[in-house]
Amino acid sequence: MTEVNTVLPPLSERSNILRWMRRNLFGSWSDSILTILGILIVYWVLKGFLTWAFTIAEWQVISINLRLIMVGQYPVEHTNRLWLWLGFLVFLSGNSIGIWARQSKYAVGLLIIPVLLALLPFGPEPRKWLIALTVTGLIGWGLGRSQPEALKRSVIVGWVILLPIIVLLTNGLSESEAGFMSIVKTNLWGGLLLTFLLTVVAILFSFPIGVLLALGRRSELPIIRWASVAYIELVRGVPLITILFMAQLMLPLFLPAGWTVDRVVRAMIAMILFSAAYLAENVRGGLQAISRGQFEAAHALGLSGFQTMIFVILPQALRLVIPILVGQFIAVFKDTALVAIVGLFDLVGIAKTVLAQPAFLGLQREVYVFISLIYWVLSYGMSYLSRQLEERLGVGKR
Amino acid sequence: MQRDERQKTTIPFWRDERILNILGQVAFVLAILFVGSLIYRNMQAGLAKQGITLSFVFFNGVSGFDLAESLFAYDRNSTYQQAFLAGLLNTLSVSIIGVLFATVLGVILGVARLSTNFIINRLAAFYLELIRNLALLVFLIFWYLGVFLKLPRVKDAIIWPGDIILTNRGMGIPWGIPTASFPTFSLILYIGIFLALIVFFSLRVYSQRTGRAPLTLLWTVLTFIFIAFAGWIVLPEKPLMLDLPLVKGLNLSGGKILSPEFLALTSGLVLYTAAFIGEVVRAGIQSVPHGQVEAARALGLNGFQTLRLIVMPQALRVIIPPLTSQYLNLIKNSSLAIAVGFPDVFYVSNTILNQTGRAVEMIALVMATYLTFSLITSVLMNWYNQRIKLVER
Repeated sequence: MTEVNTVLPPLSERSNILRWMRRNLFGSWSDSILTILGILIVYWVLKGFLTWAFTIAEWQVISINLRLIMVGQYPVEHTNRLWLWLGFLVFLSGNSIGIWARQSKYAVGLLIIPVLLALLPFGPEPRKWLIALTVTGLIGWGLGRSQPEALKRSVIVGWVILLPIIVLLTNGLSESEAGFMSIVKTNLWGGLLLTFLLTVVAILFSFPIGVLLALGRRSELPIIRWASVAYIELVRGVPLITILFMAQLMLPLFLPAGWTVDRVVRAMIAMILFSAAYLAENVRGGLQAISRGQFEAAHALGLSGFQTMIFVILPQALRLVIPILVGQFIAVFKDTALVAIVGLFDLVGIAKTVLAQPAFLGLQREVYVFISLIYWVLSYGMSYLSRQLEERLGVGKR
Repeated sequence: MQRDERQKTTIPFWRDERILNILGQVAFVLAILFVGSLIYRNMQAGLAKQGITLSFVFFNGVSGFDLAESLFAYDRNSTYQQAFLAGLLNTLSVSIIGVLFATVLGVILGVARLSTNFIINRLAAFYLELIRNLALLVFLIFWYLGVFLKLPRVKDAIIWPGDIILTNRGMGIPWGIPTASFPTFSLILYIGIFLALIVFFSLRVYSQRTGRAPLTLLWTVLTFIFIAFAGWIVLPEKPLMLDLPLVKGLNLSGGKILSPEFLALTSGLVLYTAAFIGEVVRAGIQSVPHGQVEAARALGLNGFQTLRLIVMPQALRVIIPPLTSQYLNLIKNSSLAIAVGFPDVFYVSNTILNQTGRAVEMIALVMATYLTFSLITSVLMNWYNQRIKLVER
């Protein structure tokens, strides 16, 4: 008996870096030229950017004005109210992660953000709050993990009352200066705070209107259908900036004499009306994908038209379009930048204020690169989370 | 007969769905009319207080403001109407240039995103991810304040090969000045277009009759270029005189001077929209099943033929609808010109509005303008979409 013991390991192509390069970078003459061109572009861009960022750029314009960029002219003595709702938000997020997403990577992500932010030159006071946020998030996560069943209901209630709490804490209660939680006028709201509020309000309020418009467009009643179509196409045919101007200039004319609407609220109304039309089209896409059989089956079970919509059609239709809706929400977030043109002090508006200070003249690149970075991180974060959510919900698989 | 009567008697009208539907719609119309009339009454009262009655008569008045750029002779003695028209033409030129460049760059990005070359692929992916998550307004302002206004002053101008001068006052590029023979040359160009059209349609007829697929577009363009070139050679005096940009004192002169505002707006719009178009193109090409390519190869088509005859016609069907909405976005986004101070139709209208206080008229006019643009673009792209649609039996 001869034992043949010469079994060679399979040729692994991946381990051979030269072969990989030959296949992916230098497959042919044209390929090689493209590769060299690409490397040159990468080199020039990186070199230019890094030289600028580390030797020329004067980043102190950011560190000195960080507060302005974050919350605008919001009074210092009331800032703890903002930290309070942020704490509530982090607590709820930690709690929800603990209950539903039973993976520690999300919790780590959530808890590491405040720690990372604490590394930014915020000063001692915000650092303390940021550390407190981490602790709050950790407590929320721990509670959610240990008592998932008991906490489910209260967490949902918490999310529902979150927006009222945010608005209440940001806006304040009592008219008098010295009273408990005195009112902070909206013209002092600014920076990321205002961008965040505009985005959240626009998304939340445009959602029901958008769904109604989508249903209206699919309605069998001709007048309702035509009215919905007219609204959707009208709004989608004009730029957002015209609607913002209309809200700022014409809304006061439309209201009875003596009625006034706050400038920030006017911008919010414009954003809601604009976003609703786009949302309606996205939801309509989902509605069209639901087969007739679903309607017929619901009808056969004795559900009324209203019940069919709420319990059978909409849940399926909305789940189908989650990725598109998130894309729409990101677009809303980016579009809020336009309120700077009508004179509000959101992230973009506050950049102008920062640059108008004599000490920071000529530092446009630093300021706008930083503002872009904020937009980029938040947009990218939203789309990343949505991809995770899609995987969990199995969108497009069931 | 009997059944009809029974139905009539058994369903009371307040539970008859048909009647309820009509009643509901009537109520809806009444509510809309009520709110509308309320708004109209409030508006009338408010305007009356300011002493304004709605009309466009003011449009014939003298504007009294200058525009930084205009495609026709315009100055402060011109009317509001002319100012609006100048803005309209500026919007149109930015939109057309933007759409052209964004399409070219977008197609390159989309193809690069699918390249098997690792570096090209990653570069395109990086660009798409970078741009798509930025806010357009910030992007535009960055190009304006952070790039084009940061270029050196005129006396230290950067000069690129090809006589391109870059300064913070704008970019000077070589341009042609029409000479005495230009009218003749333009006549030749018209003839060229006419002949190119003849070539185009005769090739179409040929392809329909024989089932072959000649390179229609290539031959059409070649015909035109040939005629134009022949005209250029034959004419004794050159129809266009080359005019190079020059630095003169503290300003640029000669050639064509592109303002920093125009450059910032178009480059920002092009670079931004191209990222979205790139994604559309990638999705379109990926939507063609790989079996199609393999089948084409098995039939003996070469790479170019496969792309032109098999992949592109199928990919275009997927690409055209989202591409249309990207074009529409670009046109609507050009209204952000106001942030960089380029006098487009929205900027000019806003100036008129501030001068005259005619908010209702001007906003209505601007909205109507953009609606018209959107409508025309949609109609054109829908017509094209119909043409390339799958012909089903």
